[in-house]
Amino acid sequence: MADNQGSSLGRDFAAGAQAVLPLLLSVLPFALITGVVAVQLGFSAGVASAFSLVVFAGASQIVAMQLIHDGAPLAIILLTVAFINLRFTMYSASIAPYFRGASAGWKALAGYLLTDQAYVLGLYGFAERDGIGRRLAFYLGVALPLWFGWQVATVLGATLGARLPAAWGLDFAIPLTFMALVMPALRDAPSWAAAATGGAVAVAAHDLPWNLGLIAGALAGIAAGMAGARIRGDEPEAP
Amino acid sequence: MTGITIAAAGVLTFLLRWSFIGASDRLALPAAVRRALRFVPAAVLSALIWPAVLVSDGSLHLAPDNLRLIAAVVAAVVAWRTRNVLYTIVAGMGTLWALTAGFGL
Repeated sequence: MADNQGSSLGRDFAAGAQAVLPLLLSVLPFALITGVVAVQLGFSAGVASAFSLVVFAGASQIVAMQLIHDGAPLAIILLTVAFINLRFTMYSASIAPYFRGASAGWKALAGYLLTDQAYVLGLYGFAERDGIGRRLAFYLGVALPLWFGWQVATVLGATLGARLPAAWGLDFAIPLTFMALVMPALRDAPSWAAAATGGAVAVAAHDLPWNLGLIAGALAGIAAGMAGARIRGDEPEAP
Repeated sequence: MTGITIAAAGVLTFLLRWSFIGASDRLALPAAVRRALRFVPAAVLSALIWPAVLVSDGSLHLAPDNLRLIAAVVAAVVAWRTRNVLYTIVAGMGTLWALTAGFGL
C-alpha cells in the first residue's frame, strides 16, 4: 500500500518534470541573460548567484541590479521589486486552496518556488489531482527543475559574460512561452476579455514607474473578466 | 549595501509569494475574490506578453517593421493550434531569426 502510494507520487513528480521540460528552453536563456547583465553592470558571479538564490525572480533581479548600479536608494529598489513581484501575490491567492492540508514547511517551500511557470503548470495539473501529497509531488516536479536550472544558468551567464550575443533575441522566448501557457486559460468570452484588456492596458501604461503598467494591466484584465462573467450570469467556480 | 539589498528584496519577494499559500488553511477567500482569481492566468500572462512584444527601448512599435510583432502573430497561431510550448518557441524564434536574417537587421 505504502509502496503503491510512493510510486504514484513518483509518477506525479515525473509528470510535473515532463510538463516543465520544454519551458526550460526559455527559462534557461533568461537566467543566462540575468547572469550576463549582472557582470555587465559590474557585479561578480557570486552576487549574481546570491540574487538568484535569495530573490529567485528574473525580471526583478535585473531591475534591482540596474537600480543598485544607478545608486538608487534602498526604499526605491524595494518598492520597484515589490511592484514587479506583486503578481506572485495574485498567483499565491489563486493557487492557495490547492495547498490546504500541507505542513507549514511545505507551504513555505511552495511559496519560495512560486514562479510564473510553476503557477500556471501547477494550476493546470492540480485540477486533475486529488490529495495534497499528489499535488505537492506534481508541483515539486515542475518547480524544482526550474529552480535548479535557474541557479546553474545564472552562474553560467555570469561566467560566460558578454560572449552571449544579444542579437539572438533570446529574451523573446519568455513571452513565447507565456503565449502557449495562456491558451488553456482562454476557454470562454470573459477570459478572452480579461486577456485582451490586460494586454492592452499593460501596453498603454508601459511607461508608468515601478512596473506599475503590469499591475494596472492585470487588475484591469481581471475586472474585464468579472464584468464579462457578470453579463453572462456565470456562477462562481470552486475552489 | 548590495548584500542588504539582496536580503531585503529576497524576504520581500518571499512574503509576496508565500502570503496566501501560508494562510490557506486559516483563510477562506470571499466569493467575489474567488471569482476574480479565476481570471489571473489570462490577465497577468497577457499583461506580461503584450509589452514584451510591442514595447522596446521604452516606446511602442505597432507597425509591421516590428519583427517581434510578426513573429508573435505566427507563434500565437501555433500556440492556439497546438498549446505546445516547444512548438511555440520554435515557431516564434524561427520566424524572428528568419526575418532578422532576411531584412539584414
